[in-house]
Amino acid sequence: MSTVVFARHAMTAAERLRDAGWVAFVGFILGVPLIGLTTVDVGGRLAVNTRFGLLAATVAAVFAGRLLLRWGLDQARERKQARSAAGAPASADERAQGAQKVVTVLGWIALGAAVALPIFYSDNRYVVDTATTVLIYVMLGWGLNVVVGLAGLLDLGYVAFYAVGAYSYALLSTQYGWSFWEALPVSGALAAGFGILLGYPILRLRGDYLAIVTLGFGEIIRVILVNWTEFSGGPNGISSIPRPSFFGLDFARSAPEGEQTFAGFFGLDFSPMHRLIFLYYLILVLALLTHAFVSRLRKLPVGRAWEALREDEIACRAMGMNTTNIKLSAFAIGAMLGGFAGVFFAARQGFISPESFTFAESAIILAIVVLGGMGSQMGVVLAATLLVLIPEFGRNFAEYRMLLFGAAMVLIMIWKPGGLLSHREPTVRLNPLGRAGAAREAAR
Amino acid sequence: MNAAALNTPATLLSVQKLTMRFGGLVAIDDLSLDVPAASITGIIGPNGAGKTTLFNCLTGFYKPTTGSLRLAHPQHGEMRLEALPSHRVARDAQVVRTFQNIRLFPKMTVLENLIVAQHNVLQRASKFSIAGLLGLPGYRQAEQEAIERAATWLKRLRLEHLADHAAGALPYGIQRRIEIARALCVDPVLLCLDEPAAGLNPRESAELNALLLYLCRELGIAILLIEHDMSVVMNVSDHIGVISYGRKIAEGTPEQVRNDPEVVKAYLGEDDDEDAQDTAVTTGGATA
Amino acid sequence: MAYALQQLINGLTLGAMYGLIAIGYTMVYGIIGMINFAHGDIFMVSAFIAVTAFTLLAAADVTSIPLALSFVLIVAIFFTSAYGWAVERTAYRPLRGSTRLAPLISAIGMSIFLQNTVQLTQGARVKPIPPVLEGGLVLWDTPAFAVQISWSQMLIIVTTVTLMVAFTWMITQTPFGRQQRSCEQDRTMAALLGVNVDRTISLTFMLGAALAAVAGVMVTVYYGVVDFFIGFLVGIKAFTAAVLGGIGSLPGAMLGGLLIGLIESFWAAYLWAEYKDVATFGILCLVLMLRPSGLLGRPEVEKV
Repeated sequence: MSTVVFARHAMTAAERLRDAGWVAFVGFILGVPLIGLTTVDVGGRLAVNTRFGLLAATVAAVFAGRLLLRWGLDQARERKQARSAAGAPASADERAQGAQKVVTVLGWIALGAAVALPIFYSDNRYVVDTATTVLIYVMLGWGLNVVVGLAGLLDLGYVAFYAVGAYSYALLSTQYGWSFWEALPVSGALAAGFGILLGYPILRLRGDYLAIVTLGFGEIIRVILVNWTEFSGGPNGISSIPRPSFFGLDFARSAPEGEQTFAGFFGLDFSPMHRLIFLYYLILVLALLTHAFVSRLRKLPVGRAWEALREDEIACRAMGMNTTNIKLSAFAIGAMLGGFAGVFFAARQGFISPESFTFAESAIILAIVVLGGMGSQMGVVLAATLLVLIPEFGRNFAEYRMLLFGAAMVLIMIWKPGGLLSHREPTVRLNPLGRAGAAREAAR
Repeated sequence: MNAAALNTPATLLSVQKLTMRFGGLVAIDDLSLDVPAASITGIIGPNGAGKTTLFNCLTGFYKPTTGSLRLAHPQHGEMRLEALPSHRVARDAQVVRTFQNIRLFPKMTVLENLIVAQHNVLQRASKFSIAGLLGLPGYRQAEQEAIERAATWLKRLRLEHLADHAAGALPYGIQRRIEIARALCVDPVLLCLDEPAAGLNPRESAELNALLLYLCRELGIAILLIEHDMSVVMNVSDHIGVISYGRKIAEGTPEQVRNDPEVVKAYLGEDDDEDAQDTAVTTGGATA
Repeated sequence: MAYALQQLINGLTLGAMYGLIAIGYTMVYGIIGMINFAHGDIFMVSAFIAVTAFTLLAAADVTSIPLALSFVLIVAIFFTSAYGWAVERTAYRPLRGSTRLAPLISAIGMSIFLQNTVQLTQGARVKPIPPVLEGGLVLWDTPAFAVQISWSQMLIIVTTVTLMVAFTWMITQTPFGRQQRSCEQDRTMAALLGVNVDRTISLTFMLGAALAAVAGVMVTVYYGVVDFFIGFLVGIKAFTAAVLGGIGSLPGAMLGGLLIGLIESFWAAYLWAEYKDVATFGILCLVLMLRPSGLLGRPEVEKV
């Protein structure tokens, strides 16, 4: 194993080759059983197929990739050294401020684009649908961000609250005829209730135990949904869930007696796109409300307490803070937001089944929060957009989606353990920044 | 504080027959100690004597095996600290501590650290966050007051210029000061400082002395002080308790403690005298 | 009564397998304090390696069962420990000394990655192999029900017991065991005293993977089918076993495994089979709430 060289200095060509050779060798060993050999079904019995060509190609790719990676890393280090030797690097503070400004500007641009999108793509069903999906994930990400990003409680079963919201709306609407707007707050409250119910007994647990128990909770909810057929429809799920209406106006071709449709009321020709665009704006509004709500909470005592809890729980207790209540509030609010997203999801799909609420979904939402930069609201938008769009752009890569996903989670953690946007903006300043602050200083 | 009160100090905290066992290990053994109001009480003792364990029992982090901790709270009357969970010790009994290995909220700014310390006041003002979410004037005023209070302490500890810096990125000595400032924002009746001078240079130690005296003499905050730096303990303490192997072996004024044969024995051992604490005790005595 | 005895045998078999995997969790947790979330998938990879190896042997017309089993075990242990080593080296070592959440998230990423690699390279379909060991011993023949212990069950129980003995010996008696325990207690001090910490951690991962490989081969022999998703549930149950027994404790992991196995088979036999996973998770929650240090773990005093 001494052949692996992790030199602090730049490597010589021979060292690089040896290093890449070793990595390729490991790749070969790992590749033999999974890539080089595979079993296929031949007439009801398994037979072994060899794919040594593919294995050779993979090993070659690993070799080349490792060479490139080492070379790239060395280059980057040299450039960094050169820059620091040249002197006068911007202070960390200034850089952070610059980054913050860029993020703010990008945020406004993203908002503008989000509002304008259906106007430009008013007849493109695919684009509006995909954008709606992105927004659902953004909203889920913002909800989970409260729990994981701000309060630092690792929740691997977030999808349970999403499911609670979705099933609450589905059951309330199909069984009791509730409308979307009536069911929305009730379902959110139910999800929050589940959050507290789960949270209360387990919040004493240390971080990683908490993670496993929340994962278990998510699975319990799913198993119950699959097996309790009378209640949830079992694996078949619940279908024909009513869609939300626009202040009582349905998005249908024709209205029942005495009612009007959306198209009829506004004197438009009926188009199925109306409903899609309405749903898009609906989730946009829900997401923006979520954002406003969470950003505001962050600057309130409860939000600061969440962050303090993430930083040091024992210090929190020494400051007289009731950490149980603080954790519960984070769990409940995160769960409530997940519940809202679930209601929207059910209303948009018109059909839900336990398939939509697996651990993979929890992992995706968690990845969005972590990749974005824990606690960063804009990071969530960035990560959600990337994670939904990348597989959409390369439809051929659809089956590689989760594979890339897992690899990206590992790589981004190694490259940037703090996430893509890891800058944290203080919730309050004594000396305000920027021109206003400078002017005040000057006036003194 | 008038002179009469100082002469006959009322007892603020009374530790009685405190014992703390971890499995077979007896960390504190039948310890009794009185902490007078509006005074500085030093706790010294060799490493592993049980000083920090005493703090942990006092502030609700450990539940004592037996014994009682009675606090004569100026507003709420007698309180039994051993029955309270840690957050209520700080919130209701107003017994606030710092930590031997500094525990700030590292990614939050210094100002935020101090505002988090006022969580309970602000949380009440925010009325379950509803007043806060709506930005009602009552809450806004409370927040403004919290900021001003924090700013006052920052100014007092000469940390004002660092208010908007992330606390975790600052030098060690400054972090110690921030931790004290943060504890003061909780509005303590009794302030428990766990080795506040550890890692400070002589000038910083001298500043610490001045601060402790100010807090006690001017503001009437009682201070319980664990410290190895004898130049701090001997100079500021009104009263010193010495602990060794979980037992109190001596108690009295700095002068009495310094000359107590038991104390010398605890620090130096029976026979050998190569311990570094030796120099600490004698130099402390010389400067006192 | 006979039925209960049969459940006892089934439960012990299942529990032995959970125990083998739980040891991997417990050792890694003991030494670097993280949940190796990808461990269940390492087990799954080993099951696939076993399927491939058995198929190869069948194609080569090897009929001697002991020969076939030892060949498959060696192959599976070799490749699976390579996977264990690689996972630690790429996904966890760069994050040592980072925040607490970072390695856990990296581990989840690794788990997803391994699952999908296997799905892509080996196919998403369930892989059946022809039975390796058929038949068994009838222990008690009652008119209503015959209690039987199959050869594969016996194999699993005997192998597990042997491995446990060998393993305990290794941890308590050999130099590696001493280094492993020293790293568990204080990594910095161990490094100062000349223990190669990186190597010890790597070896710990490889050992954990090797035990998971044995479990993977056993599962393949016992059930005769594998698919790419078995790692997830089995992994969580084995982790539950490790926690139940007291994480960090080797006998605890084994005891926990046996208990989980027994609970699962009795629950499935007498209560509701479809809710057996709920039972496991419920127990996990209860244990963590009531006795977070597990059955054999030492209680932890909160450091202030």
